Formats: sequence, structure tokens, C-alpha cells
Amino acid sequence: MNLRLLKRLPPACRRPLTLIGSGVALLWLLAGLAAPLLAPHDPLAQSLPRLAGPGRGHWFGTDALGRDILSRVLYGARVSIPLSLTVVALSLFVGGVLGGFAGYFGRRVDEVIMRVADLVLAFPTVILALVIAAALGASLQNAVLAILLVAWPPFARVARGLVLGLRSQEYILSGRLLGFSAWRSLRVDVLPGVLGPLLVLTALDIGNATLLLSGLSFLGLGAKPPIAEWGSMVADGTLQFDSWWIGVFPGLAILTIVLAFNFLGDALRDALDPGTAKTIGTAKEHAA
Amino acid sequence: MTFVLTNLVPGDPATANLGEQASSDPAAVAEYRRQHGLDQPLPIQYARYLEDLARGDLGQSQQSHQPVLTDLRAAVPATMELAALAILLSLLVGVASGVVSALHRNRLGDHVLRVLSLLFVSMPTFWLALVAFYVFFDQLGWAAGSGRLDPGVTAPANVTGLYTVDAVLAGQWFTFWNAVSHLILPALVLTAHTVGLLTRFTRSAVLEVLSQDYVRSARAKGLPERTVLVHYVLRGALVPVITVAGLAFGALLSGTVLVESIFAWPGLGGYAFRSATTFDLPAVMGVGLVIGTIYLFVNLAVDVLYGVIDPRARVQ
Repeated sequence: MNLRLLKRLPPACRRPLTLIGSGVALLWLLAGLAAPLLAPHDPLAQSLPRLAGPGRGHWFGTDALGRDILSRVLYGARVSIPLSLTVVALSLFVGGVLGGFAGYFGRRVDEVIMRVADLVLAFPTVILALVIAAALGASLQNAVLAILLVAWPPFARVARGLVLGLRSQEYILSGRLLGFSAWRSLRVDVLPGVLGPLLVLTALDIGNATLLLSGLSFLGLGAKPPIAEWGSMVADGTLQFDSWWIGVFPGLAILTIVLAFNFLGDALRDALDPGTAKTIGTAKEHAA
Repeated sequence: MTFVLTNLVPGDPATANLGEQASSDPAAVAEYRRQHGLDQPLPIQYARYLEDLARGDLGQSQQSHQPVLTDLRAAVPATMELAALAILLSLLVGVASGVVSALHRNRLGDHVLRVLSLLFVSMPTFWLALVAFYVFFDQLGWAAGSGRLDPGVTAPANVTGLYTVDAVLAGQWFTFWNAVSHLILPALVLTAHTVGLLTRFTRSAVLEVLSQDYVRSARAKGLPERTVLVHYVLRGALVPVITVAGLAFGALLSGTVLVESIFAWPGLGGYAFRSATTFDLPAVMGVGLVIGTIYLFVNLAVDVLYGVIDPRARVQ
């Protein structure tokens, strides 16, 4: 039964790496959802011996305040994963809409939007996000906003390119000749043709967003202290050098979830036809 | 014809020039918004800044109480030394493993390299830096510690600001090896992400070229496989690879912000971080300006290399 189901998936989704990726992502999702049930301790309670190495009762050890690392890593999934997904979804929306407008209306609109996109792309993402996040003030919401501001341009580029290609298609031209509004045309005629490739780009970008978000938190520009967030937990690790477990485990959490997202993104890209895969591949590298 | 060619070349001068302007804008925009709660247009600020800039005045840093220019003169070479070594290593290893991966397509070697490159791309740089520092310095004692030199070693006479080059120029071999030993670990950590990127991209570029008609023709006329690979495949694949290398350099600069803090490297990344978190506006703008300029030169280098590799892209 299970095997029959597997065979109905497209080849790219049947590869072992894809399956491992989905498995890991699913596990983290469950871990995040069930964190209160799974975590052996309260992630904020400072009740255990301080700086204890991994062992019985605290498998991943404890930090400088006597908090259980395992519980904090599990609770961290509830911060990092939803926020990364939110950032990418927002980037998709903002970039898609702006890029769509640029491609559809052309001229001035195109000029202005794409100039701004180029401006953002002309900077290393972390440094720009860092400056914006610092200017807004350290908090998770501001970190998300900062990442959104640096992450939308690749989406806009891809959306614009796709819309430009679609705009001269006969079914869209005939729609315009029939007097449909730009809004209707974009929504009904253009959107379905653009959404697929953009979703692939979204999937490929989730890993990046996760890295960027945890990176900002690591620098102290994301999650505020008591919150269990993976990036800031790694930062705690840099303060307690000899207690390697403090930084290593949350880092492994970031690594595994990003890896899983990247496996899935690759699979989704390969599942599409090669032509589309190529445009997106390029845009993705731009994003990096 | 010219039209097609100019469209073939992505990194156009317009974008590159905008980089210069961007360097003062986003930082300024962010700060201004914070203070006034709205995003005023910047022409006036910008004009005033340009005026100072023309006189070579980047303003005074609020944290170091020194002219920003002095700070940057110390920080930029430190980061360039690191970034140059890292991008060189990334190119060597990344392109080589990408080619190997493509030639062994869907065999064991390819699978291993693909998983490894994805692993490197997915690794949080700051975490890798922490782990590398712990393992190779703290535990094994193989690598030199933080900073650019051991505490007792004095910096060589300042010529280029790159300690390795300066030490060689001054004939101080001990200082040279000391500087190199401090460089290796942070450079390797920075390399991880870009190697992954370049491997992935080189692989797909080579595969794409391998399927081209001209490669088939070259093989059909009986050229030795070596010639086909080096003169036909590699040359064709290099153009997209160079584009990515330019972008990878940007990723590398991003990485310095995270890596420098762990290795106590007195470079641009750390300076950017400190000035951003202390709202040291002139310093932030200075950093932006430098990075914009670096981008400009990287783009320029990429464009020049296109011409060297691909005769079609040469300016008529």
C-alpha cells in the first residue's frame, strides 16, 4: 500500500534524499508542535545544575543558567520554523506582487520597482539585514521585517520575468481586448502561470531564511534573552567555551532543518520541467 | 547582435553604479526612519554626504572617536586578507569538485559530493566557526587562536595592511607564518558555504555544456577527451560559474560578520556589526561605501573575465 503510494509520486520526489528531507522536516514540525509534551523540563526554568554535560536527566546538558538544552532546542522549533516560513511567505507575497506589477505595467512602474530591487541586491544580505535590524531595534518581529526587506527582490525578479513572458500571450491579450481590468487579468489569467515557479523558489529560499534569521539572533538582533531560539543559543555557547554542548546542539538543529528544507526545495525544482528549473536556479543563486 | 550580447551579460554597469548610491541610502533610510518615524527622501542628506565624500571625509566614528577613514584603513585589509584567501580556496575546491561531480553524474562520487555540498550550504556559518574553534584550537591545539597574530608578535610595517604580504616585504618570516596560521581556520570556515554554492552551480553548468551540440561535434571529430573537457566544456561552463563566483564573494562578505565575531578578527564584518548596533551612523555609511565599492570592483572583474573567456562578450 505504502509502496504503491510512493510510485505515484514524480521521480524527483521518490529519491532517498527527498524522503529523508521530508522525514526530518516532519519530525521537526512534530517536535515543535509537541514540544510541551516531549520536553523533559521547562525551557525557561533555571532548576538544574549549571553547565552540566550531557547525561541522564539532561541528555543535551544544561546551560550557564541551569536550563535544559534539550527542552530549549525542542521549544526552539516553535520559534525558528514558523518565523522562517512566515518570512518566506511574506517575501513571496511582496516580491510576487511587486514583480508582477513591474512586469505587467512596464515602463515607470517597472523602472522604479526593479531599481529598488537592484539596490537591495547590490548588498550582502546579512550586512544589509544587520543594519536594518539594528536600526529598527532588536526583536524577533524586526528581524523578520529586516529579512523580508532583503529577501523580496529575487522573487520580484522571477515574477517579473514570468509575467513579461506571459503578457504577450494571446489569451491574455484577448482578455485585455475584451476590456478586463488589470486586476482581473493579473488575478485570473496571469497568476496561475506564475505561481508554480514562484512556489519552487519559495521552497528553495526557506533554508536561507532560516539561516539568516538564526544568524541575526546569533548577533543579538533577533530573539531577546529568555526566549529559546536556536541562533541565540549558539551565541550563548560562545560565552561558555568549554561547555561545547550549549552551542553544538542548537546548531545541529539549525543544520538539520535547513538541510531538510533544501532537500525538499531541490526535489520540487527537479520535479518541474528543466527550463523552469534553470531560471529559478539562477535566481536562487542571486538570492544567496 | 550587440543587443543580444549585452543582454547575455548579467552584471551590467547600471547595477554596479547603483551599488555606490545604495551604500549610503539603505543605512541612512533605516536610521532616519527610526528617528523620525517616516521615510523622508534623502536627496538633501545625500548631497551633503557626497560633498564631504568628495573631500575624502567620511565623518567621525562615534564609538572609536576616530575618523571613519582611519578605522576602515585598519579593518578593510584584515577582511580582504581573509576574504581573498577564502574565495581562492572556494574557487579551487568548488570548481574542481563541481566538474568531478558532473563527470561522474549519478554515480557514487557525484552523490557524495552533492550531499556534501548541500550540507555545506545548509550549515550555519557562525555555528561552524564555533565548532571549528572549539575542536581545532581549544581541544586539539592545531590552529592558532583568535586575532590576526599571537599576542607577543608585533605587526609588520604597514605597506598594504595585509599582514602576510607586509611580513614578506619586510622579510619577517616568523611573522608571516604566524599570520598565516591565524588566517587558515577562519578562512576555511568562511569557505564552507561558498564551496557548497560553487560546487552545486559548477555541476549544473558543466552538465548543461556537456549536452551542447558543439561538445558532441568536438567528440565526433575525434578530439582527445582531455582537449574536449578543458577547451570546450570547461571554457563554456566558466561563464556562468564566474557570475556565481561574483555573487559568492558577496555571500562571503556576509559571512565575515558572523565569523569575525568568533575569531576576534578586527575586520570589516565586526566593524559593521559594532557600528550598526551602536547606531554609529557615519561608520555604517563608511562600511556601506566600502562594500559598495568592493561590489563594484567584483562586478567589473566579472565583466572583464567574461571578455577573456567568451569572445562573444567582448566590447566591439
